[in-house]
Amino acid sequence: MKQPKKTYVLGIETSCDETAVAVTMDGNELLSNCISSQMEIHQRFGGVVPEVASRRHVERITIMIQDALEQAGIALQDISAIAVTQGPGLVGALLIGITAAKALSLTTGIPLVPVHHIAGHIYANHLVRPLQFPLVSLVVSGGHTELIYMEAHNHFECLGKTRDDAAGEAYDKVARLMGLPYPGGPPIDRLAHVGMETYNLPRAWLELDSLDFSFSGLKSAVMNVIHNANQRGEEIQEANLATSFQQSVIDVLIEKAMRAVKKTGVKRLLLAGGVSANRGLRSQLQARCDQDGIYLQIPPIELCTDNAAMIAAVGTYQWWAGNEAALTLNAEPNLKMSAVHR
Amino acid sequence: MRTLAIDTSTMVMGVAILEQDRVLGEMVTNLKKNHSVRLMPAVSQLLSELDLSVSNIDQIAVTNGPGSYTGIRIGVTTAKTLSWAARLPLYSASSLTVLAHNAAHFPGLIVPLFDARRSRVYAGVYRRLIDQLEPVIRPQVIHIEQLIKKVVSLNEPVLFLGEDVEIHRLNIEASFSSRLYFGQGGENIPHPSHLGLIAWRKHLDNEPPETDDFAPDYLQLTEAEAKWLQKNRRD
Ligand SMILES: [Zn+2]
Repeated sequence: MKQPKKTYVLGIETSCDETAVAVTMDGNELLSNCISSQMEIHQRFGGVVPEVASRRHVERITIMIQDALEQAGIALQDISAIAVTQGPGLVGALLIGITAAKALSLTTGIPLVPVHHIAGHIYANHLVRPLQFPLVSLVVSGGHTELIYMEAHNHFECLGKTRDDAAGEAYDKVARLMGLPYPGGPPIDRLAHVGMETYNLPRAWLELDSLDFSFSGLKSAVMNVIHNANQRGEEIQEANLATSFQQSVIDVLIEKAMRAVKKTGVKRLLLAGGVSANRGLRSQLQARCDQDGIYLQIPPIELCTDNAAMIAAVGTYQWWAGNEAALTLNAEPNLKMSAVHR
Repeated sequence: MRTLAIDTSTMVMGVAILEQDRVLGEMVTNLKKNHSVRLMPAVSQLLSELDLSVSNIDQIAVTNGPGSYTGIRIGVTTAKTLSWAARLPLYSASSLTVLAHNAAHFPGLIVPLFDARRSRVYAGVYRRLIDQLEPVIRPQVIHIEQLIKKVVSLNEPVLFLGEDVEIHRLNIEASFSSRLYFGQGGENIPHPSHLGLIAWRKHLDNEPPETDDFAPDYLQLTEAEAKWLQKNRRD
């Protein structure tokens, strides 16, 4: 009997500060997942500098493509489709991945598939355990905080998103206020583990039925706490402030996620994005899901942060659905999910 | 031996294909329109009009700056990915050198420049040497007054090239008493066919092609890096 042909997808992701290239098979098996992180380069600036990121991507891009193919043990001409992040992200950074993908496509004739970055974060789970529908996904990272409803593959519905800062961004800003290093997630999470919730910080619930988020008020509240303490010459209790801040973020994330689950009637919640590495969020969300009879899925940490395997996974389903892009494909820094995935 | 040459360093987007030193085709636009959307279709169209595909190309040439940071990256990323995927040698040249070639026969100093804002320009100074151009002052970012002073001191006929010369024209005219020339029309925009020719000569001279970590030469640090260096030097 003839074996059905396998689908090998090369994924390229350069939306922020990771130059990432990966190869997947049939959208659920990871053959290689290469990431060149710029974390150390940006650390001294206290955040990602777009121009610096773009410059680094150009240096690394073909080296990463070669690594990913070699590690997967596959030749470029055996790739079925090239999936690339079209947005959202930093426009200059996105352009490097897109330009490289188009050049590969022109050289080889391999079709080009545009992918939405957030869809990628959700599909990181698919590489560990197949997605089962319907589901709600909470995607939290330095760049995004969104609640997405999925009924089937390639079907994405945004239920809510942040109106200002992303959750990870709030962590970075608060860390900076507290004199902690960038990125802010890990040091705050560590401190929060040993502190107590003694500072009274706000939770932005927004309108009664809203599934949107807002974290800029929380950041201002932390700023006021620090400012007032300085004025009075009082010492800030660092661990307690970290705990109070983190609890405020977690309360809102969990409550909104559970509201989304209730509203859609799904039994599955999926946590995705870099902030899913946060211990406080993981344990409290798990406890709440256990209590409410919701099945919670969280991908391993190495697949939570930006990577290209997740882009290849979405790209596979997109390609199977016939979503191909022309050589005029352009970066869309504010790409809407509905624009790529129907 | 066919060369595919790509230049997107400035507002000018150019693609050319040469066979040895003979130009088979050249596409040039001078528009404030997105290079990222238009470059790949242009490459594809030029290839198809010449009944060629990437597999009929033997080497790639690209300008590695200076110019618009995003523009340079689109050209360089395209060129290095094409070169990697088709296993072709990649050669690069400064966009200022390419512009200077518009006047390769000028008997004196050739000064191609692009504006770099805040009274600064990206510029180089070239002189004809037998049938090639040799740099007298290497491409750099320089204050316009300083460039003029340097060029005046060389005391030779001077030709300024580039559309941005217009921004500094009064300043330039006031500083030279005679033997001053300005480029006209097509002389003021870089032509990818010249880039292809430069790469062809590099091939003839057995120059080593670019390596995998090839990156643009922006001639300037990013603002963030410059500030960081300044601050950390002070501390
Ligand atoms: Zn992300």
